[in-house]
Amino acid sequence: MKPGTSRLALTPSRCEGLIASEGGSCSPLPLAGEGPGVRAMAVGVRNRRGLALLALALLPVSAHAADPTSVYRQMLAEDNPAELAVAHGQQLWEQPRGPRQAALTACDLGQGPGVVKGAFAALPRYFADTASVMDAESRLVHCMVTIQGFDRQQLAAAPFSEAGAPQTDLEALVAYVAAQSRGAKIRVPQSTSEEHDSYARGRDLFYRRAGPYDFSCANCHGADHLRIRLQELPNLTRPEGARSAFAHWPAYRVSQGAVRTMQWRLSDCVRQQRWPQLIFGSQASIDLSTYLGVLAAGGTMDAPSVRR
Amino acid sequence: MADPMKIRAVMQSGRVEVKILMSHQEETGLRKGADGELVPAHFISNVSVSHAGREVLRVQWGRAISKNPFLQFAFRGAARGDELTVTWIDNLGDTRTDRITIA
Amino acid sequence: MRAFQTLVLTVLTVAGGTAAQAQEVPRWGLEQVIASSFRASGQAGLDRLQQTPMQVACSVAHPDRLPTEAQQRIEREALQGVQFPQDGRWLGNWQAGEKIAQSGTGLQYSDPPDAPRGGNCYGCHRLSGTEIAFGTIGPSLVRYRQRYASDSDAMRRTWIRLWNVHAFNACSVMPRFGDAGILTAEQIRDVMALLFDPASPVNR
Repeated sequence: MKPGTSRLALTPSRCEGLIASEGGSCSPLPLAGEGPGVRAMAVGVRNRRGLALLALALLPVSAHAADPTSVYRQMLAEDNPAELAVAHGQQLWEQPRGPRQAALTACDLGQGPGVVKGAFAALPRYFADTASVMDAESRLVHCMVTIQGFDRQQLAAAPFSEAGAPQTDLEALVAYVAAQSRGAKIRVPQSTSEEHDSYARGRDLFYRRAGPYDFSCANCHGADHLRIRLQELPNLTRPEGARSAFAHWPAYRVSQGAVRTMQWRLSDCVRQQRWPQLIFGSQASIDLSTYLGVLAAGGTMDAPSVRR
Repeated sequence: MADPMKIRAVMQSGRVEVKILMSHQEETGLRKGADGELVPAHFISNVSVSHAGREVLRVQWGRAISKNPFLQFAFRGAARGDELTVTWIDNLGDTRTDRITIA
Repeated sequence: MRAFQTLVLTVLTVAGGTAAQAQEVPRWGLEQVIASSFRASGQAGLDRLQQTPMQVACSVAHPDRLPTEAQQRIEREALQGVQFPQDGRWLGNWQAGEKIAQSGTGLQYSDPPDAPRGGNCYGCHRLSGTEIAFGTIGPSLVRYRQRYASDSDAMRRTWIRLWNVHAFNACSVMPRFGDAGILTAEQIRDVMALLFDPASPVNR
């Protein structure tokens, strides 16, 4: 909990497994010399939503002029379970794996073979070896196939984990790669004709009305202060909205209990638009990322983040 | 052994600030899987943190804890360079122990 | 130079609306990319990506800036296609209407094709005064009946909006619940009752 929060006072009868100290609070050991502003102990029960809401209620009103959603996100950011996926992703990057028993450390993410730091902030981009614009996920699949010998169909068939299942290798790798760009400026390149075309297609797709609902991305993400039910929607046509979205994916989705990637986010939107399925790693999915990334230029990467 | 924990232990104003992120599915036993059957309860039941041979934190948890639990606490009586040992055990007998050097 | 050319084309495309669609520069390869990037799944076939003339016209950044004549054409064609209730009965059951308004499923490839569809009205609108989980993409409909009490044509106009909102508002972001076959006529009557019945939570 952040400094300045009130101490949760618990009666001794609720100190199961802990030592009840004088004053009615529970602590592992008596804490001497406590005063105002000393960080309180977060008692074992970490029911995420309950504790976050309770702590939110205890925050002094004057200390946080920021809107409640950002305060909530700030509180969750410290203990982001995505870190577990990042750690696992690092292992997957470094270990020799697959039929060729090779490590991904030779993989070129756009900054040269093996360079991971800052690479995510400059994707999607054009790659000469495939003569195409690729995003982080399609590039990782490319490396897993060409360097490690994995089967492309198998990887593309189940890129995202099911509810309650462990993260897929791809999700862990994307989390790791994105984490190495934390703090980097978003700079999706527009230097080749292929990159320009990708941007143009992404833009056209963004505004394309289709399907029985006539939904385009712009329907929901084209104006300020819109929300679906209680879920606020970023205005992706504005730099602030585009930066906020691009900087924070992949994200740990609390409601899913898993790291979810940009490809997942796009395909799940497309499903709710009542369109047919967006194919994983397809050019259209990459082009949408290019469009968003170019609009987000100058923002600062901060992924994996925590989302509801 | 289960997946490793992410642990941070930092000296701050004479106290050790400890943050532990555990990797665990935390099934309540009340959720139905894709096949319509109840997924069996599988959750961390006890956590123990020790320093220099003495237990500094003992925790009992139940099914209400969220997936990939995060635990944060502080204590006195340790110094930079000391080792902390964190162990959890779950209701099915699975366990994990990790050690960290206090920074 | 290339960047400038792209910028000019971008400005022209966004400003040109319908005209730009017809003149799509082949090197972008949009249609080929679309053809290879989607697969049919569940009840969502690839035919859903074929655009109607209205969809083509409205696939622009600023549909409100379409030429007046283009907007009027969309509205006229939409109005011509409206199917009114044959027995002249506008209202159904508001309780059923509330269920339709609350339900967000239907027509997704993850939805069973034969399951009843919802309208997901609360996704974008406020309706009942007591439902706080409402969206803000569309205007509030709280106390709808009272707002339009003086309009003798209110029911007919509301039916038109639900059937095909483009009859009044070309390129609106609201789905064509009747015209696209999202809701049945009976379901639309139930939503009408939710809006007009004095006992409905919208009007209490």
